[in-house]
Amino acid sequence: MPLKVEKIENGTVIDHISSGEGLRVMKILGIGLGFSARFALIANVKSKKMGKKDILKIEEKYIDEKDFDKIALVAPSASVNIVKGGRVAKKKNVAMPARIDGVLACPNPKCITNFEQVASAFFVEKKTLRCAYCERSFSAGELI
Amino acid sequence: MRDALKEMGVFVKHLLSVRDLKKEDVLSYFRKIEKMEEEVRKGRTNLLEDKIIATLFFEPSTRTKLSFQTAAKRLGAQVVNFNADASSLKKGESLMDTIRIIDGYVDAIVIRHEIEGAARFASEIATHPVINAGDGANQHPSQTLIDLYSIKKLRGKISGLNVTLFGDLKHARAMHSLFYGVAMFNRNIALVAPPGLSFDERTVEEVETEFGVKVTVKEKPEIDDCDVLYVCRIQKERFSDPYEAERVKKEFMLTQETLKKAKKDMIILHPLPKIDEIAHEVDSDSRAKYFQQAQLGVPVRMAILADLFGKV
Repeated sequence: MPLKVEKIENGTVIDHISSGEGLRVMKILGIGLGFSARFALIANVKSKKMGKKDILKIEEKYIDEKDFDKIALVAPSASVNIVKGGRVAKKKNVAMPARIDGVLACPNPKCITNFEQVASAFFVEKKTLRCAYCERSFSAGELI
Repeated sequence: MRDALKEMGVFVKHLLSVRDLKKEDVLSYFRKIEKMEEEVRKGRTNLLEDKIIATLFFEPSTRTKLSFQTAAKRLGAQVVNFNADASSLKKGESLMDTIRIIDGYVDAIVIRHEIEGAARFASEIATHPVINAGDGANQHPSQTLIDLYSIKKLRGKISGLNVTLFGDLKHARAMHSLFYGVAMFNRNIALVAPPGLSFDERTVEEVETEFGVKVTVKEKPEIDDCDVLYVCRIQKERFSDPYEAERVKKEFMLTQETLKKAKKDMIILHPLPKIDEIAHEVDSDSRAKYFQQAQLGVPVRMAILADLFGKV
């Protein structure tokens, strides 16, 4: 019996997430304990284009457009669909942002962001992300 | 206040990291330093006579602190000092509050702090210029300007030289800053450090990619083809085995024997203080230029301070 997850009438569907990266997409969007909206992560869905993919559906909640590109850090092939009244009202392929503010914690224990009340900030470079404060660089995997 | 200034288009200049500088900026500093050397020869100037500079050193410092204070005084500015041990920090005040208050008293802040990124953070709070005088193992941009200017002045040029960075590169902020600065001007850079004490692969890759330079990594003290040898201290406490620390220190100690194979016109630089990584006999070698390098600290820091206020 195939696993079925209902279509949503209103909310956000993040499609074309590389298989296995769905949980990290949830993490980067702050979806976890205390998240009030109903959501479903469907992992390892068959995909013509990708072989296997993950899909994240969030009901009655629209992901802020400024957060779209953060998803690119862990799922660069993902697309974000804003669904209204059962129809796709907006669709956007994610793109790597130049800078990410306030989402990721700097793993350097001597970084000022771990001492003072200041939001973290990372510059996205070719293969790594560089902390705007302590200037150390990290892979996406080290940060998420 | 800071946001209001931004909206008004008021731009506050800082010196926080060598990564923020371009080659043209460094060359522009060189011209300003030359002017300041001339001012030093003439005596005290009044370029910053209406300014008050705060030197906030949360970590010990002799040369950097005194040369910034001397530079400010030679420019006619007044200096207020800060003793971290006797300050409200001991009562648990945040750096944010400390900077906010002191920023209200003075016209510029020179800060050294053990926490990496502290100076940039301070620059986001302050409405006046901030100079990074060292933040943990991260950056020491004014030292880099002294080092680059020393190379130019003592070798007569800065480009086309084989530069070797020698010692514990991993933990020395002066080396992190200088690696980036040297790469702006030179195609061949050698890193000579004991195993585990060189820059990490990412730092090397960043510099190679950014500047298209060739970086050679060596674990033995080979300096045969070197034009500029920049030495820093190997600290015993970085080793878990004290016997290994002693062996490595001896191997990397710069002696007349090590210098036998080196070029006759090579120069030896060091950010100082030097402890035992350079034998005393080397001090009298004509290639040892670290004391002259240290003297340049004042005109370089005068140029940095005067530049913050557009006075040079």
